[in-house]
Amino acid sequence: MTTVAKKKWHEWLITGPSFIWLLIFFIIPTMIVFAITFKPSTPFGGIGDGWTLNTLFSLRNPNYPAIIWRTVWLSVVSTAICLLLAVPCGYCIARAPKRSRDILLLLVIIPFWTNFLIRIFAWKVLLHPEGMLKQALVFLHLCSPDATLLYNPVTVLLVIIYTYLPFAILPVYAAAEKFDYSLIEAARDLGASHFRAFRRIFLPGISRGVWTAVLMVFIPALGSYVIPDIVGGPGSEMIGNKIAQRTFVDRNLPHASALAALLTLAVMVPLMITLVHHYRQPPVAPKKGKEAAQ
Amino acid sequence: MKRSRVPFYTTLAVLVFFYLPLIILSVNSFNDSRYGGPWNGFTVRWYVRLFQDRQIWHALQNTLVIAVGATVVSMVVGTMAAFALNRYRSRLQMTHYGMIYAPLIVPDILMGMSLLLFFVALNVKLGLFTIFLAHVTFCVSYVAMVVLSRLQDFDFSLMEAAQDLGASHWTAFRRVMLPLIMPGIAAGGLLAFTLSLDDFVVTFFVAGPGSTTLPIHIYSMMKHGAPAVINALSVILLLVTFVLVSASRTIREKLS
Repeated sequence: MTTVAKKKWHEWLITGPSFIWLLIFFIIPTMIVFAITFKPSTPFGGIGDGWTLNTLFSLRNPNYPAIIWRTVWLSVVSTAICLLLAVPCGYCIARAPKRSRDILLLLVIIPFWTNFLIRIFAWKVLLHPEGMLKQALVFLHLCSPDATLLYNPVTVLLVIIYTYLPFAILPVYAAAEKFDYSLIEAARDLGASHFRAFRRIFLPGISRGVWTAVLMVFIPALGSYVIPDIVGGPGSEMIGNKIAQRTFVDRNLPHASALAALLTLAVMVPLMITLVHHYRQPPVAPKKGKEAAQ
Repeated sequence: MKRSRVPFYTTLAVLVFFYLPLIILSVNSFNDSRYGGPWNGFTVRWYVRLFQDRQIWHALQNTLVIAVGATVVSMVVGTMAAFALNRYRSRLQMTHYGMIYAPLIVPDILMGMSLLLFFVALNVKLGLFTIFLAHVTFCVSYVAMVVLSRLQDFDFSLMEAAQDLGASHWTAFRRVMLPLIMPGIAAGGLLAFTLSLDDFVVTFFVAGPGSTTLPIHIYSMMKHGAPAVINALSVILLLVTFVLVSASRTIREKLS
């Protein structure tokens, strides 16, 4: 064997296992989902012969646009609120003295590792119609005795934020920890206000962490299925619930596939934007910062 | 210099937000009321009932079998993938990188559904084996990413030094590189293990009769009755998480 051929063979030998595994169990199944989108469904829950665009057209009618719209706004708003909370938290943890920083970090990491069904269930207990929070609110005359705290879109929003906030704080913290804080002092010395120094120096400096945080919240939020299923009612269903319903309840696989394909595209678009942004941004921003410091 | 107090108060509020539901849940696990309503007095009977529940033990056993299997396989496959990605710069590796990266960003509901369709199309019987296959599929990517980041920090001149001193390529790999990369592989394995233990969505799609895992069991308890027992189970899992996270941090601090 020539050395080039041998090298190629070596490369295939160690690439092979993961390549073939992911080809079989990830690429091909995903292709199947996209293909079934263009297949007709049969009344018995099977997949018919031939090809059709009917499934895609049927997404326009009755309640789909409402569900898609709800999925998008819940994801966008929860991502925005998570960022709004994660940036000051990441900053605070990064600037804390060593001992308290370790404790704060531990307190953020524990929810991060806790089983997410349990974290969702904790809200169901907290917001229970006869639970302690409800009684406290009624006692303080902040809500009427027959108001329900569960089963509405705002509760879904709250629990999405609760579930994914640790995933936003950790990357922001990782970026904030590496940030050179003398830059902020320099900006302040040069007359920038607190807010201006924060916006023009700190935020661009941690942009990589911020973008990671956006992806960590937005993508799983779009695909939410368990959260609306547990704390949401019929009026707060998201695309994920419809996919599960079409798969398990009505056995309409083309419909389920079309929704899943739509969801995948919805994830890919922000991702592409982020990747393009990543490639353009970081080499520029830190360099500018360093020049300013010199 | 005077610093703004806003970040401090935000962090405080966020921590209250994180822990308030968990604290109420823990208090409620000792509440002698079936549906977690008003306080009815102290009891440990939910814990007793939990330990007598055969189904939970069976589900835990399934979960651990799958998690151990998926961790071992994904550690081997993922580590090899990371070595390939780190070592070669070819068109094959670009495609390979895309394939490793994609499962990390695709919503898990899509992964669950596509695997379900795939297994059904091939007439594979749904059960522990299909769950294992699905778990390896998403764990490989995480292991590969963690090991890859470790490899990128590795100083390859160490390998050259070992070989200059007479070690064969294989010996240099085994005695120099592997020990230095090991923490990365272990971290990847730990991540794979927890992801497999915790996974609900993908498992829910590819599980068959008799292959209930702990998250699936918790979900069905949440959906139909038995909330008080879940409170007790949650407290135990929270304690386990707390102990494991603190222990791993202490160990890491001692090592570094």
